[in-house]
Amino acid sequence: MAEKLQLEVVTPKGAVFSDAVDIVTAPGYGGEFGVLANHAPFLSTIKTGVLSFRRDGNQELMMVSGGFCEVSKNKLTFLVEAAERGGEIDVDRALRAKERAEKRLAQAQSHQENINRVRAEAALQRALSRIKAAQREAR
Amino acid sequence: MPSLKEVKTKIGGVKKTSQITQAMNMVAAAKLRGAQQKMEDFRPYTEKFNAAMGSLSANMDSGQFPLMEKRDVKTIELIVVTSDRGLCGSFNSNILKMTEKLIAKYQAAGKKVSLVCVGKKGRNYFRKFGLIRQSYPDIMGNFQMFNARAIAQDAAANFLEGGSDAVSIIYGKFQSVAVQRPVEESLLPVQPVGGEEAAQGAAGDYIYEPSPTEIMDVLLPLYLNVMVYHAMLEVGASEQAARMTAMDNATSACRDMISSLTLIYNKARQAGITGELMDIVGGAEALKG
Repeated sequence: MAEKLQLEVVTPKGAVFSDAVDIVTAPGYGGEFGVLANHAPFLSTIKTGVLSFRRDGNQELMMVSGGFCEVSKNKLTFLVEAAERGGEIDVDRALRAKERAEKRLAQAQSHQENINRVRAEAALQRALSRIKAAQREAR
Repeated sequence: MPSLKEVKTKIGGVKKTSQITQAMNMVAAAKLRGAQQKMEDFRPYTEKFNAAMGSLSANMDSGQFPLMEKRDVKTIELIVVTSDRGLCGSFNSNILKMTEKLIAKYQAAGKKVSLVCVGKKGRNYFRKFGLIRQSYPDIMGNFQMFNARAIAQDAAANFLEGGSDAVSIIYGKFQSVAVQRPVEESLLPVQPVGGEEAAQGAAGDYIYEPSPTEIMDVLLPLYLNVMVYHAMLEVGASEQAARMTAMDNATSACRDMISSLTLIYNKARQAGITGELMDIVGGAEALKG
């Protein structure tokens, strides 16, 4: 097996993940990016989305919401506001959240409420990422 | 001498009180554990965050960010973080006293002061001062990162609009279970983190995406969230620790009171018995006649 890099995902509620992995794909500021071992030092902001990585030949997924990540010396650190492993996501709850957010979004659009729209969009993004991470993990 | 019944009722009352204080002590101990855990969980995040902030801000000109802009301070905003509930000794009053002193100091220097009160105790105390710009009562019981974000965003928006020229945060720092000290920390304008050590660690070879400036624009508000959340966590833990100590003291004060009341009760009882004996003896003597 090729060289590995250390992946760490840290949220305000504590470290969610810390292990050696082969490759990481993350939702960066300018689109998805992949990181392999011996990557150059790198710092990027992270959008709400799905973080995927390969550990011992298995593809694993994780939902992450806004933050940033730092790569240096074969260590990849994600500092995000929330992160959930694919298998731990409550899909029903995410589906409900998605419906709620969509409803709010429709309301906000008809009333021209900017703040509510931004919040609803963020909520929708989170819900969609959760659903995606959970469903792809299940396959 | 108080009557037997009176003393007995009083002992009963104090006993009940001591049961309550003891229960509160145990509840506070359990909650303290939770609050400390929350602080412990947050530590890796702050450490990594500060490291990243340091390496980023080390090679950057602080003048270009509105949130780091140093202005002539005419209005200073104080974010006072207290607990929602009392019965925790002098914990809240220490914070409030320190805040009051700072207000007096700033006002003496000709600056205007506005207050943001997090937690009910601060709001109730400062209500009569007429300085409160914003208050967040009843959130200390169970708060999350997004509560801190609301507070930080509001303060930052006010700072950017020129409502304040500097923002400090005052909270009770958790030093140990026995010691909680009120501290003032500067929040805005954001000071560059690190210094020499961070500048060396940075090496400047990073690839940034997007540009460092744009990352800073994301990082700076986040930094405020982290600071506010941190202060709230400290207050959460300090409050429980202070309550634990206060309730422990109250319980032992109750115990002292019970023992001195029991002494009075026994004395009164004995005096009663002696009095009755005297009556009987006196009666018998009279019958002998």
